[in-house]
Amino acid sequence: MKGNSYLTRKIHSLLGVIPLALFLVNHAITNYSAFEGGLEGFNKSVALLNGLPLIYFLEIFGIFLPLFFHGVYGLYVAYQSNWNNSRFQYGRNWAFTLQRISGVITFIFIVWHVYQTRYQVLVGNLTHEQLGNQMYEIFTNPVSVVLYTIGVLAAVFHFANGMWSFLVSWGITVGPRAQRISSYIWIGVFVIVSTLFLLSIVAFRSEEFAETASAVRTWIG
Amino acid sequence: MATETPTKAGKMVKFIITRQDSPEAAPYTEEFEIPYRSNMNVISALMEIQRNPVKTDGKSTTPVCWESNCLEEVCGACSMVINGKPRQACSSLVDKLEQPVRVAPMSTFPIVRDLVINRERMFNALKRVKAWIPIDGTYDLGPGPRMAETKRQWAYELSKCMTCGVCLEACPNVNDRSSFIGPAAVSQVRLFNAHPTGEMNKAERLETLMEDGGIEGCGNSQNCVRSCPKGIPLTTSIAAINRDTTAQLFKNWLSF
Repeated sequence: MKGNSYLTRKIHSLLGVIPLALFLVNHAITNYSAFEGGLEGFNKSVALLNGLPLIYFLEIFGIFLPLFFHGVYGLYVAYQSNWNNSRFQYGRNWAFTLQRISGVITFIFIVWHVYQTRYQVLVGNLTHEQLGNQMYEIFTNPVSVVLYTIGVLAAVFHFANGMWSFLVSWGITVGPRAQRISSYIWIGVFVIVSTLFLLSIVAFRSEEFAETASAVRTWIG
Repeated sequence: MATETPTKAGKMVKFIITRQDSPEAAPYTEEFEIPYRSNMNVISALMEIQRNPVKTDGKSTTPVCWESNCLEEVCGACSMVINGKPRQACSSLVDKLEQPVRVAPMSTFPIVRDLVINRERMFNALKRVKAWIPIDGTYDLGPGPRMAETKRQWAYELSKCMTCGVCLEACPNVNDRSSFIGPAAVSQVRLFNAHPTGEMNKAERLETLMEDGGIEGCGNSQNCVRSCPKGIPLTTSIAAINRDTTAQLFKNWLSF
């Protein structure tokens, strides 16, 4: 790899937090409004986000480009490691390997998920108001429910463990005690954010989201 | 079996050793049975094989090559992989090892022959980061600044590093695809930056770690700190140097 790998790695690390971690948490909260407020609550949240000023600018520079850089360079980082978990069965070493596996799973999952949702809005097959119905349709297939559950758990693990690593890599949690307390905090965050996502999967499967689904369904086959 | 009490005369200890005839040759294993002696370590077992290089099947072979010096876990020469874990052969007591004892070279490093490895990359890393304190001059510079006792106490722990290579062998990110310098050199930067005279060259050492083949390859698996035979807080050193390099990064940017 040409150029200064220190800078590239630092940018990769920073983008993981700003904006990607912030976006993931925002996404979890938005989805949770489907569980809390049903179709109406979810549509209100979607409308709120899409009503933000400079929304296309935010989507390109705040989500798409950082995600692309973090994902592609992340694949290279994963390629650089030699897993040795059979020899060193320590918790941190498992987290190290899982961070790379979950990163690859998340990358594939996001490509699929963006194709099913944001891309369909972009090409005009869906409107923002139909996204809730689209999720209902996706979850009529039990395989999709399983794949989404795996994808979401991988993404949230990658986020929570990535935050732990970020704090070490920028020299914020230096000593073993700080790192241990940090790990308790991020395990807690993992549980909370995963719960938000899983509850929204439950919500999207309710009949309420089926209402206008038949009208949307023609193109996906 | 580790629980068996080996007191009876005539008891044998079984060794399975991974061997390699030359740097490019393919590795192979050979089995040896060695008469047990009390308080035996892996080095004394290898010495026994050297005296009588006969395998379990009765055929003679070439003596197994290895490196060792101090025999008291301070020189770092006899690092090898014993029952799956990299460690010092001199402090690996046979009484405490599961049998058969599997001995292999630390293959993260280039293998010279059998258990002999080339740790040159570690010494090159120490040269790159200038792991020393420059005090030479053309005249007497006088006494340097004093070091606080509280600082000396933790710095002393870092000074125990013997460049044995165990942390590099345990690290999943030290390999042919990664340019990571390894935990040992990062910890030495912290040691020499902590010294009041060494601190005068602090930025130079940090900037070396902010290039290709620097600190950035650390992936926080933390195997190093679990493996270090000297108990050096390597991950604390890495995090502390992460903090210092981050500060150096902003300092460099804002100074222009």
